Amino acid sequence: MARRRYIQAINDALLEEMDRDPKVILFGEDVELAIFGDTRGLLDRFGRDRIRNTPICEATLTGMAVGAAAAGYRVVLHMMFSNFVYTGFDAIANQMAKLRLMTGGQLNLPITVLAGYGAGRSTGAQHSDTPYPLLMNLGGVNVLTPSTPADAKGLLKQAIRGENPSFFLEASGRGAESGEVPDEDYTVPFGQAAVLREGRDVTVVAIGHMVKPVLGVADELAERGVGVEVIDPRTLVPLDEESILRSVERTGRLVVVDEARDRCGAASHIAAVVADRAFPALKAPVKRVSVPNVAMPYAPSAESRVLPDADGVSKAVLGLVAP
Amino acid sequence: MPTTEQLLSMYERMLLIRRMEERLSADYAAGKLPGAVHLYIGQEAVAVGVCAQLTDRDWITSTHRGHGHFLAKGGDPKAMMAEIWGKRTGICRGMGGSMHVADLSKGILGANGIVAGGIAIATGAAFGARLDGDGRVAVAFFGDGAANQGVFMETLNVSTLWGLPVVFLCEYNHFCEFTPSETVTAGQISDRARAFGMPCAVVDGNDVVEVWRAAGEAVERARGGGGPSFIEAKTYRIQGHLEAEAVILDGKYREEAEIEEWRRRDPIDRLREHLSAAGACDDDGFAEIESRVSGAVEEAAAFAAEGEPADPELAFDLMFVGQRP
Ligand SMILES: Cc1ncc(C[n+]2csc(CCOP(=O)(O)OP(=O)(O)O)c2C)c(N)n1
Repeated sequence: MARRRYIQAINDALLEEMDRDPKVILFGEDVELAIFGDTRGLLDRFGRDRIRNTPICEATLTGMAVGAAAAGYRVVLHMMFSNFVYTGFDAIANQMAKLRLMTGGQLNLPITVLAGYGAGRSTGAQHSDTPYPLLMNLGGVNVLTPSTPADAKGLLKQAIRGENPSFFLEASGRGAESGEVPDEDYTVPFGQAAVLREGRDVTVVAIGHMVKPVLGVADELAERGVGVEVIDPRTLVPLDEESILRSVERTGRLVVVDEARDRCGAASHIAAVVADRAFPALKAPVKRVSVPNVAMPYAPSAESRVLPDADGVSKAVLGLVAP
Repeated sequence: MPTTEQLLSMYERMLLIRRMEERLSADYAAGKLPGAVHLYIGQEAVAVGVCAQLTDRDWITSTHRGHGHFLAKGGDPKAMMAEIWGKRTGICRGMGGSMHVADLSKGILGANGIVAGGIAIATGAAFGARLDGDGRVAVAFFGDGAANQGVFMETLNVSTLWGLPVVFLCEYNHFCEFTPSETVTAGQISDRARAFGMPCAVVDGNDVVEVWRAAGEAVERARGGGGPSFIEAKTYRIQGHLEAEAVILDGKYREEAEIEEWRRRDPIDRLREHLSAAGACDDDGFAEIESRVSGAVEEAAAFAAEGEPADPELAFDLMFVGQRP
């Protein structure tokens, strides 16, 4: 095991996978100098045939990712901030997510799209979105939301080696966090949630950035005699429904903490699955802690008002056990 | 040629933009600003030369590097500063921030965090002006990087076809973030506009008079129903892409000598020399302007510092008209 920062773990995965398979190529705006640090050192090691800066033209980049994949490459497309996924959305929604079906399965699209997401640093409404609900709704793309360096590395390797388009959403603002990462070559399979902490009273499903504050709340509530089971789904598509259901069968209570806007979010999807498949086990309504349906305001005073925080999670959990 | 009075007024406006941004740079370094700022230092002649040809009824759209456009179009320095500080006294009540400063009363449709996001908005405003037939004009400011987005070519096409009163104002400042522009831009950007049959001008963006003249022609053409024009202003981004860059980058992407060379072509110094040589202003005169500008900056900074933090509940009121989110 070695201690790595989240962003270093991503960088390690890219280096190792590009080393391992000469068909892996990476492109995007300003990837050569590595603004986020995740593509650092790649240019020196692999040269411009395999990693290069592109013009600013997201609508073309997403389409090119599809074409380059069709031509036999394993494409890593870096889209910087998740809001720029919107600028490139046409080819994502109309091509990347659909071509395999439309061609009768003639085509595999091994594409990994990287993008930092999330708010909390006053980046304003156009640099802070959490777009996974939109991506989950497409049907044809995987959605990965690693919360730890080890999962980031393992999921990214899995995505690059896989045959399907995957969106790898980086916990950007808090990418500096560090954790233990295995030394050996490993991957983290899709669709396997991690039970990060066991508890008997309430199941809390936390996604991406939300995992860390939720673990803090679980510690705190344990001292007050409330057992919180914390589950990180790690991938939203595919979603490990069984691990969540198994936990809810035992606790009978569920809170989902989601940094996306509330309407049609990951939290509502998970709540629907549980209502559908574990209804008899539920002792209380399923609660969602998410972002209200507003654009992200700039000022810290207003931004912190709408972002889920430890206090909100704690209240939601206690609201289920207290009455 | 602009009158002496016009030149002095442009000089003062350029200086105001410069001093406001120097203040923002210091405030950022001191940790006083919540979000990122992209500074316009070195490009002031473009915004000022163009906006001197516009009235409050004309529209502009701007970019992530939008403070200069905002101030040049007559936006209030106090309200801009307070916005960047995240205060409720800000021009967007603290909801937008540096990348989104907008003042509809001055025709400023907003800075924009999406590269090329403003170009189609300006084209749409010009469509409205065309329908109204009231002689209003829209100017889209955008960077050379934005000219590689498909929407640029798409708006060139539709605006030419429909004869829209829009001016495409490309500021070629040599970088797209940390990527040298020539490595991501094929050919001359002006040739793209020329291909649609659009009148084009390529000007020295550090010469406010040249910018003013080209903008004057384009604006007059648009007002008179002559359709769109394209102007490329060659300039240089003296400051980095964003104020945090020294911290986030571990490599260099340009040489100090290059920056020095462009400092020698500083648009404000050049106008000052011109005004001195023409006998339009002496040292006392310049000192007076400097002191008026620094008074305005101090006033803006104090206004921003004193303001209450933005209203945490406001986002819920603002998403829709007459409807809760
Ligand atoms: C759609 C979109 N893609 C990428 C970015 C990230 N980004 C911000 S500024 C910038 C470079 C813009 O270059 P240019 O248009 O020349 O303007 P300049 O910064 O030089 O003023 C990039 C790529 C963005 N904000 N929006």
